[in-house]
Parts: sequence; C-alpha cells; structure tokens
Amino acid sequence: MTASNEALKSLLYATADDLLILGHRNSEWTGLGPLLEEDIAFSSMAQDQMGQSLALYEILQRDLGERDPDTIAFLRPESEYRCCHFVEYPIGSYAFSLMRHFLFDQASYLRFAALAESSFKPLAFVSRKLLGEIKYHIMHGNTWMAQLSRGGEESHARMQSALNEAFPMALGIFEKLEHEEELVDAGVYAGSAQLRDLWLQHIEPALAHGGLALPELNAQEAGTAFFGGRKGFHSEHLGSLIEEMGAVLRSDPSADW
Amino acid sequence: MYGGGYIFDKPLQDHKDDDDPVKLAEFEARIDRGEKVEPHDWMPFEYRRQLIRLIEQHAHSEIIGALPEGTWITRAPGFRRKLALAAKVQDEVGHAQLLYNAAETLGKSREEMINDLISGKSKYSNVFNYPAKTWADTAVIAWLIDAGAIVNQVTNSKGSYAPYCRALERICQEESFHLKYGYDAVVHLATGTPAQREVLQDALNRWWPPIMHFFGPPDNASVHGEKLMRWKVKMASNDDMRQQFLNMYVPKIWELELTLPDPNLRKNPETRRWEYTEPDWDEFKRVINGDGPCNKERLAVRRTAEERGKWVREALLRPETQYSVPLS
Ligand SMILES: [Fe+2]
Ligand SMILES: [Fe+2]
Ligand SMILES: [Fe+2]
Repeated sequence: MTASNEALKSLLYATADDLLILGHRNSEWTGLGPLLEEDIAFSSMAQDQMGQSLALYEILQRDLGERDPDTIAFLRPESEYRCCHFVEYPIGSYAFSLMRHFLFDQASYLRFAALAESSFKPLAFVSRKLLGEIKYHIMHGNTWMAQLSRGGEESHARMQSALNEAFPMALGIFEKLEHEEELVDAGVYAGSAQLRDLWLQHIEPALAHGGLALPELNAQEAGTAFFGGRKGFHSEHLGSLIEEMGAVLRSDPSADW
Repeated sequence: MYGGGYIFDKPLQDHKDDDDPVKLAEFEARIDRGEKVEPHDWMPFEYRRQLIRLIEQHAHSEIIGALPEGTWITRAPGFRRKLALAAKVQDEVGHAQLLYNAAETLGKSREEMINDLISGKSKYSNVFNYPAKTWADTAVIAWLIDAGAIVNQVTNSKGSYAPYCRALERICQEESFHLKYGYDAVVHLATGTPAQREVLQDALNRWWPPIMHFFGPPDNASVHGEKLMRWKVKMASNDDMRQQFLNMYVPKIWELELTLPDPNLRKNPETRRWEYTEPDWDEFKRVINGDGPCNKERLAVRRTAEERGKWVREALLRPETQYSVPLS
C-alpha cells in the first residue's frame, strides 16, 4: 500500500518545522556566542537547518500540492505547525543550546538515515543528501559536549543541569505523528518509538564519555509532558517566533522582497 | 563590514625618540621600497602601537556590526533573504576573528582587546551606534555601509603590515558578496510597491548622515598623520576615501530614483570633486564618545555575551579538555 498525501504531509511538516524553528533559534546566537568560533558554528548549523527545512517544503510544494515554501514556512497559523516543543524554547544558556543541539542533531541524523530508505522516493533522495551535512553537526556536538563536560567541575555541573532540563523536552521529538501507523505500514517512516530507542542507544555512550547521566524522570516527564507539537499544540514560545519570522513578509504578502 | 574614521592615538611624548635611529632608517627604507612588514621584523614602537589600535578597532567593528544586522535574521522576509543575511553576518564574525588574529601578531591578546572594547576604552565604527529599525535599514547597511567598508579596506590592504593586508584581501572578497546582496535587496525595494519604496527612502534618509560620518572627519595634515602615511599605516585621507565612495555610489542611488537628504550634494564638473554639506561633526564626536542612540545597548549586549560565555572559555583552557578526541 502507499501512504495518503495527508499522512505524507504530516511527516514532512513535522520534520521540516523542527528544522525551521531550531534553525531560527540557533541563528539567535549570532553575535552572542561564548567565543567567536561558536558564533560561527551556530550560524552554520542555523543556515544548514533552514536550508534542510526548505528542501522539505519544496517536496511539499512539488509532490504534494502545497503552496510555495515561503508561504507555508512563514505564513501558516500556529496551529498548523507540527514542530515539537523542544525546538521552540528560547536559546537560554549556551549549555542548554549546546545540549539541545547535541540531542536534536543525533535524532535528526537517525531520522534522515531512516528516511533515506523511505518508500517515498522524493524524501529518500533528499534525506540521503542531507545526511552528509548533519554528520558535521554531530561531530561538532560530540566534540563540544565532551570538552565541556570534562572541562572542570563548574562546566560539568552546567552540562549536567542542561541535560536534566533538555532530556525530557527532547523526548517530545518522538511524539507519535498523525497518521503514523499508515506511514509505517507503507514503509515511508520507521516509527517514532523505534527512532527513540535507537536514539537512546546513540546518545548514552557519548554522554557517559563526558561523565553525564540521564536524569531520573517522573511519570509525566517520561510520558507526555512535552508532547502536543505533532498535533499542533505548542509551547508558549512558538507564537512570538512565528510572528517574528513572518513579520516583514506579512506586511505585504504580494510584494517581492 | 567595517567603518573607517579611525581614531589614532595621540603620540606618546615619552616614547618619541626611543627607536634606534639606524633601525628606523632601515625600516623606513624598506617601506619606501614597498616591502611588507612581518610580525618578527623590527618595527618602531609607534608603528606597532598605532597598528594594534587600527586593527583592533576594525575587529571590534565587525563584531559589533554583527548585532544590528543579526537581529534581522529571524525577521528577514523569506528563505532567500534569511539565508543570505545569516551567511553575511556569519562572515562579519569571521572577519572579526581574522582581524583579532592579525592584531595578536603584534602582541596584544584577543582577550585584552575584547576587555578594552567592553570597558569602552577601545572604539569601533560609529555607524553601529545607530539602530536598524526596518528591513530596509538592513538593505541599506548591507549595500552602502559594506560599500564604504570595501573602499576603506581595499585602500588599507595596500598598507605595510603583511598580516593585516592578508586578512583584508580575504575579507574584501567576502565583502563584495555582501555588497551584491545588499544592492539586490535595495533594488527589490526600490522597484517594488509604493510602501516598499517609502521605507527604503526613509531608511536612506536616516542612514545618510552616519554614512557621511563613516570615513571620519576631514584630516588636517598633522605631523602625526604624515608619519602614519609614510609608514603606510594610513593609506589615504578620510576625505579622499569619502570622495571615492560618493563617486561610486551616489550615481547608483540616483539611478534608482532615490533622493539623498543633502540639497548641496553634486559633483563639481570642473574640480571633478563632490561637494556636499558637511555632516554634523559635533554629533560624530558625541556619538563616538558614547552618547549615540545605541552605544549603551551595543556594549551591554557584548558585555553580557562575554560574561555569560566566560565559563566556556575557562573550561576550554583546562588541561583535561585539551586532548579529548571527538567521538565521530
Ligand atoms: Fe559589514
Ligand atoms: Fe560585510
Ligand atoms: Fe566585514
């Protein structure tokens, strides 16, 4: 069987919106990084992530009949976004942003590695292309995570508390998609729970190398505390970012900028 | 990008004659022959001091310059502009990095330079003390401020200190992309809807005085200035660079049927020099001394970033982090 367009859209919007929103968040480090080298690194990741989201919005337009990328990326109402809460949160401290980058990019890599085998060919093709880029993000995340978790007591403590904060949020990446069964049955998508388990296997050795331990979660944190994004229910932080991202475009949607 | 109008230090009286006259003569002969100076070569005390000052100000301008444009990345209209602006501002931060490295070859550490920036001791280009209020402001900045920076940097790249020249050559290549991007964004506004034209004209009106200030006040030929010119630290007078800029860009601005807020601006056909109303140099001095619309905010942002990032820099200095192997 093949997946319906509705199911494909659910997957593409979730994946693209995650990248679009985190790309914007990462761009907010421009000029504010703890050192110039990290300003530059976060800007590279931001540009890559925005570019990756664009590649997915292009599939939505070309293969699934959605409107042009600028319109669907920047001018949808909030309830139509499918990103997870994790990417919506403000940049916070550098430790939080770095931890988010580490946790998210590991998940992103595994997601695209699985999608590279997708039965939906346009997505499989784009996914294979994006993996090369994400590999660099993973290297950057692993290196910095290791350096800072092993960079003395204060630094280690900051990284551990960033992990405590970010880990339950990151589980929101793996909230079940709308039409997920259909996507799995059609061989389009591996499934959120399976991705989560694979992700845990990947992050644990890297965290252990830095002497970091996954926090004990209460039932709610381990469950659905940061869920909702895949169904269009968002944290309080998304609305203002959408407002900001589209402010100039919205001032005259018919104009050419 | 960078804004000129360098503030050179006043000569230090007590160091005036410290340099070995034989070495000084050799040094000046080298410069006259067009040779470049490398970090380990002998150089006059004053040469080193003024170059540090010059390159440091330039580096600060790049990093502070990233702030007004940086806040527009999230707001830029559409993917094409967002990606181009993000890449541009990233380049500017990269320029700061190259320039701090160049200045470090003269013996002042990046940390010391940044401390002098946030304490207000060291200056940066005055233009960044003005706000980027609208999208059109960012287009005007990317076109005209970067254009001014190119005039300035191409001129300086012919100077005598080799590491600075090498950094500038690389920087100028990237700046030319910034200028193309800025021009394209301006053209879209200029040829767009009446509302787009209107915000563009408004941005241009507001940015014109800082642009005129950009190259610094007219330099009256001081002994000090002559020495810096002879040593190829300062390569052209502020007025000459301003003339060059006006000559290249005023016609392009007028071609887009935009106006400039100076009724006296014209090229004198006989002298072939541009005539204009002198911008308010008192305002320039006021702003450079800290009393501009954004000085406090810019330094506060920079200071906060430095303070919040301190633990990261400290962690990287620890021996146990030095040899950690990346996991992938
Ligand atoms: Fe610039
Ligand atoms: Fe530039
Ligand atoms: Fe620059």
